[in-house]
Amino acid sequence: MNNTAYLIAVISVITIVTWILRAFPFLLFGSRPLPKTIQYLGSVLPPAIMMVLVIYCLRNMNIGQFPYGIPELIACTLIVILQLIRKNMYLSIIAGTACYMVLIRVV
Amino acid sequence: MKEFRFAVKNTIPIFFTYLFIGIAFGILMSDAGYSILLTTASSLFIFAGSMQLLMVPMMTSGASLTSLAFMAFFINARHIFYGIGFIEKFRRMGWRYPYMILTLTDETYSVLCSVKYEANLDEDRAAFMIAMLDHLYWVFGSFIGACAGQFLQFDMSGIDFSATAFFLIVVVNQWQQYRSKLPFLTAAVCALGFYLLLGKEYFLIPAMITCLIALILLRRPIEIKEGIPNE
Repeated sequence: MNNTAYLIAVISVITIVTWILRAFPFLLFGSRPLPKTIQYLGSVLPPAIMMVLVIYCLRNMNIGQFPYGIPELIACTLIVILQLIRKNMYLSIIAGTACYMVLIRVV
Repeated sequence: MKEFRFAVKNTIPIFFTYLFIGIAFGILMSDAGYSILLTTASSLFIFAGSMQLLMVPMMTSGASLTSLAFMAFFINARHIFYGIGFIEKFRRMGWRYPYMILTLTDETYSVLCSVKYEANLDEDRAAFMIAMLDHLYWVFGSFIGACAGQFLQFDMSGIDFSATAFFLIVVVNQWQQYRSKLPFLTAAVCALGFYLLLGKEYFLIPAMITCLIALILLRRPIEIKEGIPNE
């Protein structure tokens, strides 16, 4: 298989798998009325999923070894404090990301 | 087009994340010798950042289609959980329904979860614009990276932290909105527990499944706290 054909095959396969996964709950429930449990999950899963995603994003942090996850911890603390005090999402993201990018270069 | 302006305003954080990670993907693809057209096409169709970044080294080492399919399944299986909260909303969206489902990434999901629609907006149209803009940023970033890969040599490592920052902000905002803190605590316990147990590569999906089951079991206490009456 040459490079272009291989890449087209790879794109097709990954696209199909990803689309099936994304469509799964919609295919499962079709157009039937949603069970009460699923309605409940719909309202309570978002905060849970976001919490898991934050931890997932920080999974490469290594507490046991230098720099001990210090850049991540400082940047995250800054973001939480800024968001609680100023409630300005753009400020929190820019300050947090800038802080992280500086820290991974100097620590 | 007030919905468009609203969508731009609410996707600015994603703009930076997707643009830079998209550029990183485009550069990887151009270094690996793939064409601009196919690089852009993969972003248009797959639209899943971490999988796309991973597929480049896998292709360079000549991975089989089966192993790529398995990898795509494990990396993107989390998307199964995203649709659950949006089944009813997306169903009402007519011709936009399939598009909304297939473009539900981590970032679009987090915007749609946290966005506060203004009263004078067509909500469905605004949600569609949000999904479409995110998609566009991603495709555009990959295109730029693929075109200008060789010329962009400045060190942007760490820019991907902006996605983490955005997710964390969504959590902070939700923490203030939800009266019951159990969903957050359950999720944190599940994620950290499985992280310690299984390590960083494998903890995500078991953590999400356990969390989902735990939340079903905790339904009464959560609903009482949130003020939902018993039927």
